[in-house]
Amino acid sequence: MKILIVDDFSTMRRIIKNLLRDLGFSNTHEADDGVTALPMLRSGDYDFLVTDWNMPGMSGIDLLRAVRADEKLSSLPVLMVTAEAKRDQIIEAAQAGVNGYVVKPFTAQALKEKIEKIFERVG
Amino acid sequence: MASEIQLHQNEEFISELKECAKLLTEKLQENRFEDASQLIHAMLEARDRHIFQSVGHLTRALHNAIVNFHVDADLSKEPPKIESSEIRDASNRLNYVIELTQKAAEKTMDMVEEAAPIAMNLGQEASALRDQWARLKRREMTPAEFRTLYGRMDEFLAQMAVGTEQLGRNLQEIILEQGFQDLTGQVLKRVIGLISDVEQDLVSLVRIAGQVEEITGLASDADMTTQEALLRKRKTEAEGPQINAAVRADVVSGQDEVDDLLSSLGF
Repeated sequence: MKILIVDDFSTMRRIIKNLLRDLGFSNTHEADDGVTALPMLRSGDYDFLVTDWNMPGMSGIDLLRAVRADEKLSSLPVLMVTAEAKRDQIIEAAQAGVNGYVVKPFTAQALKEKIEKIFERVG
Repeated sequence: MASEIQLHQNEEFISELKECAKLLTEKLQENRFEDASQLIHAMLEARDRHIFQSVGHLTRALHNAIVNFHVDADLSKEPPKIESSEIRDASNRLNYVIELTQKAAEKTMDMVEEAAPIAMNLGQEASALRDQWARLKRREMTPAEFRTLYGRMDEFLAQMAVGTEQLGRNLQEIILEQGFQDLTGQVLKRVIGLISDVEQDLVSLVRIAGQVEEITGLASDADMTTQEALLRKRKTEAEGPQINAAVRADVVSGQDEVDDLLSSLGF
Protein backbone atom coordinates (compact mmCIF):
# COMPACT_ATOMS: atom_id res chain seq x y z
CA MET A 1 0.00 0.00 0.00
CA LYS A 2 1.71 3.15 -1.26
CA ILE A 3 0.36 6.37 0.24
CA LEU A 4 1.02 10.03 -0.61
CA ILE A 5 0.57 12.62 2.17
CA VAL A 6 0.09 16.20 0.95
CA ASP A 7 0.23 19.07 3.44
CA ASP A 8 2.15 22.33 3.46
CA PHE A 9 3.04 21.95 7.16
CA SER A 10 5.78 19.38 7.69
CA THR A 11 4.64 18.78 11.28
CA MET A 12 1.23 17.68 10.06
CA ARG A 13 2.80 15.42 7.43
CA ARG A 14 4.88 13.79 10.17
CA ILE A 15 1.83 13.35 12.41
CA ILE A 16 -0.17 11.68 9.65
CA LYS A 17 2.86 9.60 8.67
CA ASN A 18 3.22 8.44 12.28
CA LEU A 19 -0.44 7.57 12.61
CA LEU A 20 -0.39 5.68 9.32
CA ARG A 21 2.66 3.75 10.47
CA ASP A 22 0.83 2.80 13.67
CA LEU A 23 -1.99 1.54 11.48
CA GLY A 24 0.49 -0.61 9.61
CA PHE A 25 1.07 1.55 6.55
CA SER A 26 4.76 2.34 6.29
CA ASN A 27 5.15 3.02 2.58
CA THR A 28 4.29 6.71 2.78
CA HIS A 29 5.59 9.59 0.70
CA GLU A 30 5.17 13.33 1.15
CA ALA A 31 4.47 16.43 -0.93
CA ASP A 32 3.90 19.98 0.26
CA ASP A 33 1.20 21.05 -2.21
CA GLY A 34 -0.81 19.98 -5.24
CA VAL A 35 1.79 21.18 -7.71
CA THR A 36 4.42 18.79 -6.36
CA ALA A 37 1.91 16.04 -5.57
CA LEU A 38 0.34 15.71 -9.02
CA PRO A 39 3.46 14.64 -10.95
CA MET A 40 4.34 12.22 -8.11
CA LEU A 41 0.87 10.68 -8.38
CA ARG A 42 1.08 10.46 -12.15
CA SER A 43 4.39 8.63 -12.13
CA GLY A 44 4.25 6.73 -8.87
CA ASP A 45 1.39 4.19 -8.84
CA TYR A 46 0.01 5.31 -5.48
CA ASP A 47 -2.85 3.44 -3.82
CA PHE A 48 -4.10 6.19 -1.56
CA LEU A 49 -3.94 9.99 -1.26
CA VAL A 50 -4.24 11.96 1.98
CA THR A 51 -4.42 15.69 1.36
CA ASP A 52 -4.88 18.98 3.17
CA TRP A 53 -7.15 21.65 1.62
CA ASN A 54 -5.50 24.99 2.31
CA MET A 55 -2.07 25.02 0.67
CA PRO A 56 -0.16 27.57 -1.35
CA GLY A 57 0.40 26.77 -5.02
CA MET A 58 -2.27 24.19 -5.69
CA SER A 59 -4.92 23.60 -3.02
CA GLY A 60 -6.20 20.19 -1.99
CA ILE A 61 -9.58 20.70 -3.62
CA ASP A 62 -7.90 21.55 -6.94
CA LEU A 63 -5.63 18.54 -6.53
CA LEU A 64 -8.70 16.37 -5.93
CA ARG A 65 -10.33 17.72 -9.12
CA ALA A 66 -7.14 17.16 -11.10
CA VAL A 67 -6.95 13.59 -9.80
CA ARG A 68 -10.57 12.88 -10.74
CA ALA A 69 -10.03 14.43 -14.18
CA ASP A 70 -6.94 12.32 -14.85
CA GLU A 71 -7.73 9.12 -16.69
CA LYS A 72 -5.11 7.09 -14.84
CA LEU A 73 -5.81 8.51 -11.38
CA SER A 74 -9.57 9.01 -11.48
CA SER A 75 -10.35 6.08 -9.16
CA LEU A 76 -7.62 6.80 -6.60
CA PRO A 77 -9.11 6.93 -3.07
CA VAL A 78 -8.68 10.40 -1.59
CA LEU A 79 -9.00 11.34 2.08
CA MET A 80 -9.13 15.03 2.91
CA VAL A 81 -7.60 15.95 6.26
CA THR A 82 -8.13 19.66 6.76
CA ALA A 83 -8.96 22.50 9.13
CA GLU A 84 -11.54 23.76 6.61
CA ALA A 85 -14.88 23.12 8.30
CA LYS A 86 -17.53 25.07 6.40
CA ARG A 87 -20.54 23.09 5.27
CA ASP A 88 -20.19 24.49 1.74
CA GLN A 89 -16.62 23.28 1.63
CA ILE A 90 -17.49 19.77 2.75
CA ILE A 91 -20.27 19.65 0.14
CA GLU A 92 -17.87 20.97 -2.49
CA ALA A 93 -15.32 18.28 -1.59
CA ALA A 94 -18.04 15.61 -1.71
CA GLN A 95 -19.17 16.83 -5.12
CA ALA A 96 -15.58 16.83 -6.34
CA GLY A 97 -15.42 13.13 -5.44
CA VAL A 98 -13.62 12.93 -2.12
CA ASN A 99 -13.75 9.53 -0.37
CA GLY A 100 -13.47 10.80 3.21
CA TYR A 101 -13.22 14.05 5.11
CA VAL A 102 -11.48 14.51 8.47
CA VAL A 103 -11.39 17.89 10.21
CA LYS A 104 -8.35 19.01 12.14
CA PRO A 105 -7.62 18.72 14.98
CA PHE A 106 -8.45 15.02 14.74
CA THR A 107 -7.92 11.94 16.85
CA ALA A 108 -5.97 8.86 15.85
CA GLN A 109 -9.23 6.95 16.16
CA ALA A 110 -11.07 9.24 13.69
CA LEU A 111 -8.33 8.94 11.11
CA LYS A 112 -8.20 5.16 11.54
CA GLU A 113 -11.97 4.83 11.14
CA LYS A 114 -12.12 6.92 7.97
CA ILE A 115 -9.23 5.10 6.37
CA GLU A 116 -10.67 1.69 7.19
CA LYS A 117 -14.05 2.77 5.86
CA ILE A 118 -12.52 3.92 2.59
CA PHE A 119 -10.64 0.66 2.11
CA GLU A 120 -13.73 -1.34 2.97
CA ARG A 121 -15.64 0.45 0.25
CA VAL A 122 -12.97 0.40 -2.45
CA GLY A 123 -11.33 -2.83 -1.25
CA MET B 1 -1.69 57.31 -10.53
CA ALA B 2 -3.68 59.30 -8.00
CA SER B 3 -0.52 60.91 -6.64
CA GLU B 4 0.40 62.21 -10.11
CA ILE B 5 -3.01 63.84 -10.46
CA GLN B 6 -2.49 65.35 -7.04
CA LEU B 7 0.89 66.62 -8.07
CA HIS B 8 -0.56 68.18 -11.20
CA GLN B 9 -3.39 69.82 -9.29
CA ASN B 10 -0.93 71.01 -6.71
CA GLU B 11 1.10 72.72 -9.43
CA GLU B 12 -2.06 74.38 -10.70
CA PHE B 13 -2.85 75.61 -7.22
CA ILE B 14 0.64 77.02 -6.76
CA SER B 15 0.62 78.74 -10.13
CA GLU B 16 -2.78 80.19 -9.26
CA LEU B 17 -1.29 81.55 -6.04
CA LYS B 18 1.75 82.94 -7.87
CA GLU B 19 -0.44 84.56 -10.48
CA CYS B 20 -2.59 86.17 -7.80
CA ALA B 21 0.47 87.35 -5.89
CA LYS B 22 1.94 88.94 -9.00
CA LEU B 23 -1.34 90.70 -9.83
CA LEU B 24 -1.66 91.76 -6.19
CA THR B 25 1.74 93.51 -6.29
CA GLU B 26 0.79 95.24 -9.54
CA LYS B 27 -2.58 96.41 -8.18
CA LEU B 28 -0.97 97.67 -4.99
CA GLN B 29 1.66 99.60 -6.98
CA GLU B 30 -1.12 101.08 -9.08
CA ASN B 31 -2.95 101.98 -5.85
CA ARG B 32 -6.03 100.00 -6.94
CA PHE B 33 -6.95 98.83 -3.47
CA GLU B 34 -10.42 97.54 -4.28
CA ASP B 35 -9.01 95.12 -6.90
CA ALA B 36 -6.22 94.16 -4.46
CA SER B 37 -8.77 93.36 -1.76
CA GLN B 38 -10.72 91.18 -4.22
CA LEU B 39 -7.51 89.30 -5.10
CA ILE B 40 -6.75 88.64 -1.43
CA HIS B 41 -10.27 87.30 -1.04
CA ALA B 42 -9.79 85.01 -4.06
CA MET B 43 -6.52 83.70 -2.62
CA LEU B 44 -8.18 82.94 0.72
CA GLU B 45 -11.00 81.15 -1.08
CA ALA B 46 -8.56 79.06 -3.08
CA ARG B 47 -6.74 78.10 0.11
CA ASP B 48 -9.99 77.13 1.88
CA ARG B 49 -11.06 75.07 -1.12
CA HIS B 50 -7.69 73.38 -1.08
CA ILE B 51 -7.99 72.50 2.62
CA PHE B 52 -11.54 71.20 2.20
CA GLN B 53 -10.48 69.00 -0.65
CA SER B 54 -7.48 67.68 1.24
CA VAL B 55 -9.64 66.84 4.23
CA GLY B 56 -12.15 65.25 1.87
CA HIS B 57 -9.48 63.08 0.35
CA LEU B 58 -8.15 62.02 3.72
CA THR B 59 -11.64 61.11 4.87
CA ARG B 60 -12.16 59.12 1.71
CA ALA B 61 -8.91 57.22 2.21
CA LEU B 62 -9.76 56.53 5.83
CA HIS B 63 -13.17 55.28 4.77
CA ASN B 64 -11.58 52.97 2.19
CA ALA B 65 -9.22 51.61 4.82
CA ILE B 66 -12.15 50.88 7.11
CA VAL B 67 -14.08 49.19 4.30
CA ASN B 68 -11.03 47.11 3.44
CA PHE B 69 -10.91 45.75 6.97
CA HIS B 70 -14.62 44.97 6.97
CA VAL B 71 -15.23 47.08 10.06
CA ASP B 72 -18.86 46.79 11.08
CA ALA B 73 -19.43 49.50 13.67
CA ASP B 74 -22.49 51.11 15.25
CA LEU B 75 -21.59 54.79 14.91
CA SER B 76 -24.69 56.00 16.73
CA LYS B 77 -23.20 54.83 20.01
CA GLU B 78 -20.64 56.84 21.94
CA PRO B 79 -17.94 55.54 21.75
CA PRO B 80 -18.87 53.71 18.50
CA LYS B 81 -19.49 50.04 19.16
CA ILE B 82 -17.50 47.78 16.84
CA GLU B 83 -19.62 44.73 15.96
CA SER B 84 -16.96 43.01 13.92
CA SER B 85 -13.82 43.82 12.00
CA GLU B 86 -10.80 42.10 10.55
CA ILE B 87 -8.77 43.46 13.44
CA ARG B 88 -11.19 41.98 15.95
CA ASP B 89 -11.18 38.79 13.91
CA ALA B 90 -7.38 38.83 14.04
CA SER B 91 -7.47 39.31 17.81
CA ASN B 92 -9.79 36.32 18.10
CA ARG B 93 -7.47 34.33 15.89
CA LEU B 94 -4.45 35.22 17.98
CA ASN B 95 -6.32 34.28 21.14
CA TYR B 96 -7.07 30.97 19.47
CA VAL B 97 -3.34 30.50 18.86
CA ILE B 98 -2.66 31.11 22.56
CA GLU B 99 -5.43 28.73 23.56
CA LEU B 100 -4.27 26.02 21.19
CA THR B 101 -0.58 26.26 22.08
CA GLN B 102 -1.45 26.23 25.77
CA LYS B 103 -3.65 23.17 25.39
CA ALA B 104 -0.98 21.39 23.36
CA ALA B 105 1.71 22.24 25.89
CA GLU B 106 -0.43 21.07 28.81
CA LYS B 107 -1.52 17.90 27.06
CA THR B 108 2.08 17.09 26.12
CA MET B 109 3.27 17.67 29.68
CA ASP B 110 0.39 15.59 31.06
CA MET B 111 1.37 12.75 28.76
CA VAL B 112 5.02 12.96 29.76
CA GLU B 113 4.20 13.21 33.47
CA GLU B 114 1.98 10.17 33.13
CA ALA B 115 4.60 8.22 31.20
CA ALA B 116 7.67 9.11 33.25
CA PRO B 117 6.77 7.10 36.42
CA ILE B 118 5.77 4.08 34.30
CA ALA B 119 9.15 4.11 32.58
CA MET B 120 10.93 4.69 35.89
CA ASN B 121 9.13 1.82 37.67
CA LEU B 122 9.81 -0.57 34.81
CA GLY B 123 13.46 0.44 34.86
CA GLN B 124 13.79 0.02 38.63
CA GLU B 125 12.07 -3.34 38.61
CA ALA B 126 14.23 -4.48 35.68
CA SER B 127 17.47 -3.63 37.43
CA ALA B 128 16.29 -5.25 40.68
CA LEU B 129 15.41 -8.39 38.75
CA ARG B 130 18.73 -8.29 36.93
CA ASP B 131 20.57 -8.35 40.27
CA GLN B 132 18.52 -11.33 41.40
CA TRP B 133 19.02 -13.00 38.07
CA ALA B 134 22.77 -12.56 38.45
CA ARG B 135 22.58 -14.25 41.87
CA LEU B 136 20.63 -17.09 40.32
CA LYS B 137 23.28 -17.51 37.61
CA ARG B 138 25.98 -17.54 40.26
CA ARG B 139 23.87 -20.23 42.03
CA GLU B 140 23.67 -18.12 45.17
CA MET B 141 19.92 -18.36 45.40
CA THR B 142 17.95 -20.47 47.89
CA PRO B 143 14.89 -22.34 46.56
CA ALA B 144 12.61 -20.01 48.55
CA GLU B 145 14.26 -16.96 47.00
CA PHE B 146 13.92 -18.52 43.58
CA ARG B 147 10.20 -19.02 44.08
CA THR B 148 9.86 -15.32 44.94
CA LEU B 149 11.89 -14.39 41.89
CA TYR B 150 9.74 -16.67 39.77
CA GLY B 151 6.57 -14.89 40.87
CA ARG B 152 8.19 -11.49 40.61
CA MET B 153 9.34 -12.18 37.08
CA ASP B 154 5.86 -13.18 36.06
CA GLU B 155 4.46 -9.99 37.54
CA PHE B 156 7.15 -7.90 35.87
CA LEU B 157 6.40 -9.30 32.42
CA ALA B 158 2.75 -8.46 32.86
CA GLN B 159 3.66 -4.94 34.05
CA MET B 160 5.98 -4.60 31.11
CA ALA B 161 3.24 -5.42 28.61
CA VAL B 162 0.75 -3.00 30.17
CA GLY B 163 3.37 -0.29 30.75
CA THR B 164 4.86 -0.28 27.26
CA GLU B 165 1.41 -0.23 25.75
CA GLN B 166 0.61 2.85 27.86
CA LEU B 167 3.93 4.44 26.89
CA GLY B 168 3.21 3.83 23.22
CA ARG B 169 -0.22 5.42 23.58
CA ASN B 170 1.20 8.47 25.32
CA LEU B 171 3.91 8.88 22.71
CA GLN B 172 1.32 8.74 19.96
CA GLU B 173 -0.80 11.32 21.80
CA ILE B 174 2.22 13.59 22.03
CA ILE B 175 2.88 13.27 18.32
CA LEU B 176 -0.77 13.97 17.52
CA GLU B 177 -0.76 16.98 19.81
CA GLN B 178 1.94 18.60 17.66
CA GLY B 179 -0.82 19.34 15.13
CA PHE B 180 -1.13 22.70 16.87
CA GLN B 181 1.87 23.83 14.85
CA ASP B 182 -0.05 23.46 11.59
CA LEU B 183 -3.28 24.96 12.92
CA THR B 184 -1.65 27.95 14.61
CA GLY B 185 0.65 28.42 11.64
CA GLN B 186 -2.32 28.79 9.30
CA VAL B 187 -3.92 31.32 11.65
CA LEU B 188 -0.71 33.28 12.05
CA LYS B 189 -0.18 33.42 8.29
CA ARG B 190 -3.58 35.05 7.93
CA VAL B 191 -2.91 37.57 10.67
CA ILE B 192 0.44 38.40 9.09
CA GLY B 193 -1.40 39.03 5.82
CA LEU B 194 -3.81 41.37 7.60
CA ILE B 195 -0.99 43.25 9.31
CA SER B 196 0.73 43.94 6.01
CA ASP B 197 -2.61 45.13 4.58
CA VAL B 198 -3.00 47.49 7.56
CA GLU B 199 0.54 48.68 7.04
CA GLN B 200 -0.09 49.41 3.37
CA ASP B 201 -3.26 51.33 4.10
CA LEU B 202 -1.54 53.30 6.83
CA VAL B 203 1.32 54.15 4.49
CA SER B 204 -1.08 55.43 1.87
CA LEU B 205 -2.96 57.46 4.51
CA VAL B 206 0.31 58.97 5.66
CA ARG B 207 1.23 59.76 2.08
CA ILE B 208 -2.05 61.55 1.48
CA ALA B 209 -1.73 63.43 4.76
CA GLY B 210 1.79 64.39 3.72
CA GLN B 211 0.41 65.77 0.46
CA VAL B 212 -1.96 68.07 2.32
CA GLU B 213 -0.78 70.88 0.06
CA GLU B 214 -2.04 69.03 -2.94
CA ILE B 215 -5.51 69.18 -4.37
CA THR B 216 -6.98 65.81 -5.24
CA GLY B 217 -10.17 64.37 -6.59
CA LEU B 218 -12.04 61.47 -5.01
CA ALA B 219 -11.27 57.78 -5.48
CA SER B 220 -11.14 56.67 -9.10
CA ASP B 221 -13.42 54.01 -10.58
CA ALA B 222 -10.53 51.57 -10.70
CA ASP B 223 -10.09 51.86 -6.94
CA MET B 224 -13.77 51.13 -6.43
CA THR B 225 -13.69 47.94 -8.51
CA THR B 226 -10.74 46.53 -6.56
CA GLN B 227 -12.56 47.27 -3.35
CA GLU B 228 -15.66 45.47 -4.55
CA ALA B 229 -13.54 42.53 -5.60
CA LEU B 230 -11.95 42.53 -2.13
CA LEU B 231 -15.35 42.57 -0.47
CA ARG B 232 -16.63 39.70 -2.55
CA LYS B 233 -15.56 36.48 -0.90
CA ARG B 234 -16.10 33.04 -2.28
CA LYS B 235 -18.21 30.90 -0.02
CA THR B 236 -15.78 28.06 -0.25
CA GLU B 237 -12.58 30.03 -0.10
CA ALA B 238 -10.06 28.33 2.18
CA GLU B 239 -9.72 30.21 5.41
CA GLY B 240 -7.87 27.89 7.74
CA PRO B 241 -9.02 26.58 11.09
CA GLN B 242 -12.41 27.82 12.22
CA ILE B 243 -12.01 29.66 15.48
CA ASN B 244 -15.65 30.21 16.34
CA ALA B 245 -17.16 27.06 14.90
CA ALA B 246 -19.73 26.76 17.69
CA VAL B 247 -21.42 30.07 16.92
CA ARG B 248 -21.23 29.90 13.12
CA ALA B 249 -24.08 28.24 11.31
CA ASP B 250 -22.09 27.73 8.10
CA VAL B 251 -19.37 25.77 9.87
CA VAL B 252 -19.34 22.27 11.29
CA SER B 253 -18.21 21.95 14.88
CA GLY B 254 -16.52 18.60 14.71
CA GLN B 255 -15.92 15.31 12.96
CA ASP B 256 -19.41 14.05 13.90
CA GLU B 257 -21.06 16.86 11.99
CA VAL B 258 -18.79 16.24 9.02
CA ASP B 259 -19.86 12.60 9.07
CA ASP B 260 -23.55 13.55 9.34
CA LEU B 261 -23.28 16.00 6.48
CA LEU B 262 -21.45 13.49 4.29
CA SER B 263 -23.91 10.71 5.06
CA SER B 264 -26.76 13.05 4.14
CA LEU B 265 -24.98 13.38 0.78
CA GLY B 266 -25.00 9.61 0.38
CA PHE B 267 -21.51 8.82 1.69
